[in-house]
Amino acid sequence: MGRLLRNDPRFAGTKEHRLKVIATPYNRRLHAFAVFTACVTLLLIVAGALVTSNDAGLSVPDWPTTFGSFYKMPHMVGGVKFEHGHRMVAEFVGLLTIVLAVWTWRTEKRRWLRMLSVAALGTVIVQGILGGLTVLFFLPPAISSAHAAVAQTFFCIAVCIAMFTGQKWVEEPPQVEFDTRRPTLFPLTLLSIFVLYVQLILGAMFRHKGMSWWPHVVHAGVVAVVLTWTAIRALSVYSKIAAVRRSAMMMLSLLITQLCLGFTAFLTRVAWGKDTLQPELPMVISTVAHVAVGALLLATTVVLAIQVWRHVPVAFEERVPGTERTPQAA
Amino acid sequence: MKKTLLATLSVLALMALMLLAACNKKETSESQPTGAETTAPAPAATAIDQATVGSVSGAVKFDGAAPPKAQKIDMSQDPACKGSNEAENVVVDKGSLANVFVYVKDGLGSRTFDVPKESVVLDQSGCRYHPHVLGVMAGQTVQIKNDDPTTHNIHPTPKDNREWNESQPPQAAPIEKTFAREEVMLPVKCNQHPWMKMYINVVKSPFYAVTGPDGKYEIKGLPPGDYTIAFVHEKLGEQDQKVTVGPKQSKTVDQSFKAGAM
Repeated sequence: MGRLLRNDPRFAGTKEHRLKVIATPYNRRLHAFAVFTACVTLLLIVAGALVTSNDAGLSVPDWPTTFGSFYKMPHMVGGVKFEHGHRMVAEFVGLLTIVLAVWTWRTEKRRWLRMLSVAALGTVIVQGILGGLTVLFFLPPAISSAHAAVAQTFFCIAVCIAMFTGQKWVEEPPQVEFDTRRPTLFPLTLLSIFVLYVQLILGAMFRHKGMSWWPHVVHAGVVAVVLTWTAIRALSVYSKIAAVRRSAMMMLSLLITQLCLGFTAFLTRVAWGKDTLQPELPMVISTVAHVAVGALLLATTVVLAIQVWRHVPVAFEERVPGTERTPQAA
Repeated sequence: MKKTLLATLSVLALMALMLLAACNKKETSESQPTGAETTAPAPAATAIDQATVGSVSGAVKFDGAAPPKAQKIDMSQDPACKGSNEAENVVVDKGSLANVFVYVKDGLGSRTFDVPKESVVLDQSGCRYHPHVLGVMAGQTVQIKNDDPTTHNIHPTPKDNREWNESQPPQAAPIEKTFAREEVMLPVKCNQHPWMKMYINVVKSPFYAVTGPDGKYEIKGLPPGDYTIAFVHEKLGEQDQKVTVGPKQSKTVDQSFKAGAM
């Protein structure tokens, strides 16, 4: 079991126990803006899910224009209100991302965070193009699924930027506890992200009629096992570290919610909804909630992985055998 | 510095051009008078001796203890959509099954037929397609009209023909399209009004019919021969029957679909 470094008698009362303090001032406004961008991105994912659940993806046949115009507001009825509403929220998120990237680039001292904000901008551009291509090519499953996967990738980036600009990340030194268990927690969190990403692609392929439902349902069992294992490890061994505990608790809660929503979505769409004449409200609500909670679950797991990487590093002598242990953390 | 200025000006000019292009565009369907698929020149039609032609007619029944009740559709998401709100996927009246596409599937050999010059009309009215099932010859023009005070989009999702998706605002000019390849039960839908679905059947010969509300059909002008008649329903599937038509003979071929197929 790992020990808290700050309790290690060799470091007691020395400067080393504080580890590395990042000399970046906390920018409250930038952080608030990043949080706002992440929240609007979740709203955008909900808007996108509404388009798919209402089968409204092609109600506006052209792109990047809407019925031939960049600025004219179409009559917002039927499928148009979902498709054009999604486009409007997407444009707003694009604008927010541009502002976030420029603001971060101009004020942030951490070079990697500046690069991450530019990566966010690149991702949102790719996402916009994928959205356009899927309309122009009549919703091919591969492009529509890529659009769904990149949407959640962008959401994860937005959440990470919000976390990295947060006061806790910037001002509080990491509370480090070395990981001595096998397998170590950090690879487990990476495995959790991987199985969630596979699940996202399988779900998107099913939703966009590129695959049957059963791979997504079968893989849900794998996701449940891996994420539960990760959460239990994090909570049983590292519950003293608040950032890890909170993320693991949230991940576990979202996992349970997501499994319940997945079951409801299966009933309303596959079991009861296969012969429906039009999208019905229970199916729309359950599938949209399933997509939104899925995005939150993926982002929470990414946050957990980053917090584990920060707070629970593998003991240094195990990474570099024979070397004197030196505190290392972000 | 000069390069930056030049790049900025170029981007602004490009954006202005895009905006100008957008302003000049009208809604999609108005700018596209026709959308005929490219087809190879049709070979000359095989001559048919009109003095010997016969016909096949009959009725299609729904074979079940209790005919299915028409499902209700909810059109409330567009206030412009008014009228009947019953689905047309299985229409049964006193045991007679409507909207069955009946055609000569086999037996015509290598005969070729002239493509009619007249268009087949597909109307959108009351946020429904009229007719619900349509037959057309490959290469024949389908004229699509919008008689509703709301915009529709017409989106066929074929397997063998080219897919397209166009919007049609109220009072817009009809959209004219052709389908190059044979395809039975080609689904057409409107993504703005998700209950709007219909089927186009593209065949190579003029020997087809769609059953009416009384379940009856008639195929006229058939040259004598042995044929396979196919009965295709969007939900109940396909059933075939063989029939021999002699000179000037009128044959009756009835068909029934079982409820269990649903």
